[in-house]
Amino acid sequence: MVQWIIGKWDAFSHDVYLNFIKESRYLLILDGLKTTILLSITAILFGIVLGGLATLLRRSKYGFLRAIGYTYVDVIRGTPSMMQLLVINFVVFASVNVDLFVVGTVAFGLNSGAYISEIFRAGILSIDKGQTEAGRSLGLSSSQTMTYIILPQAIKNILPALANEFIMLIKETAIVGYIAMRDLTKAGDIIRSLTYDAYMPLLAVALLYYLLVKILTLGIEWLERYLRASDMR
Amino acid sequence: MIVVNGLCKTFDKTPVLRGIDEHIHQGEKVVIIGPSGSGKSTFLRCLNLLETPTSGTILIEGEDITAPGANVDKIRQKMGMVFQQFNLFPHLNVLDNITLSPVKTGKNTKEEARDIAFSLLKRVGLEEKAGSFPGQLSGGQKQRIAIIRALAMSPDVMLFDEPTSALDPEMVGEVLQVMKDLAEAGMTMVVVTHEMGFAREVASRVLFMDEGLIAEQGEPDEFFKNPKNERTRSFLSRVGI
Repeated sequence: MVQWIIGKWDAFSHDVYLNFIKESRYLLILDGLKTTILLSITAILFGIVLGGLATLLRRSKYGFLRAIGYTYVDVIRGTPSMMQLLVINFVVFASVNVDLFVVGTVAFGLNSGAYISEIFRAGILSIDKGQTEAGRSLGLSSSQTMTYIILPQAIKNILPALANEFIMLIKETAIVGYIAMRDLTKAGDIIRSLTYDAYMPLLAVALLYYLLVKILTLGIEWLERYLRASDMR
Repeated sequence: MIVVNGLCKTFDKTPVLRGIDEHIHQGEKVVIIGPSGSGKSTFLRCLNLLETPTSGTILIEGEDITAPGANVDKIRQKMGMVFQQFNLFPHLNVLDNITLSPVKTGKNTKEEARDIAFSLLKRVGLEEKAGSFPGQLSGGQKQRIAIIRALAMSPDVMLFDEPTSALDPEMVGEVLQVMKDLAEAGMTMVVVTHEMGFAREVASRVLFMDEGLIAEQGEPDEFFKNPKNERTRSFLSRVGI
């Protein structure tokens, strides 16, 4: 029995050595993790800007601006994000020499922006029409009413959904390996091809994704509790 | 002061207002009554363009607010509006609810707006609520705050859209009292209400609306004693007068 445990332990530590320590392979994982995190952050920020713009367009009083905003959301939601990534890389940026990180940011930002615009729109719609009417009846312009009355209230409904979109985005970035970016998933895959051991690297990568998302989820839960508490006053 | 000519409003092909001509003078207290669905709220909401008229013109102090290019924000600053559902801003405390618009429209500085707000709060006996949030107030308190929030813009006319209909019965009195004080102070008022007592006591003129038209109007004494229109009579008897 003891012999069996020692045997297992030896095998395990050998696997850890082979997959992570030897030739400093853990650096591949760390670099991949860094890429995944940075890409997710730049993409969500770009997505928030695009989402805000799309929301503005969709609320415009001019029909053709509304049509542009609507078409953007419609096309992005109607096609796989994988396709969008490939098109951005091999069609849009085909003849331009830009950093892959920029390509990834644009692709995932464009994708996220469409969903974020929906989140913004729902948040704004969740505020009672009477609030707008009260603001306008006091002589505030429509943008003042939006800035001082609607958005401060809508943000409570927007933030948790936005944080959720961020979590989705982190996992979505796992497909950047297809345009040869070395993110967390790709790092695990590289190690697998070096060591012919799938079990260790893939499990380690999955665990890291899980921990990343778990930390964020705890953050969202805290945020929601905080926002609810401020409702009580 | 307010001149309405041939005002029509149609919602999805359903006519709600069918050609209203009305002249409201400075200092008048016009009370609009009528069965639900008669168009009285829509009429009131057209006066400050919360509803866009389908046709007809509305002149406020000589300015045609239905003309394209009319500065609607500027005109609305001269018209206070009080809603059935109060519509206080729940994320702002009472003081900020009152000072938001005077400050953001550039009418007053922060300090001026604050002073005005406190003197208005004193007028309705709610100065100790300045730091409270709307969620902490009773319905009657909310509506009194909503009234002075509108007053803080120093409007020339106040529009009331069923201001007591969402209140518990014991709170109706305090709101009506504020409105009576306002009337005595000489404010021009247009009030849509079901409070017949208020109409009788405060109105300088009562309008009875039915099916999108002003069916009958008159001074309250005459109007309630000798209603001429058959529909007015049946409405008044249904509300118990």
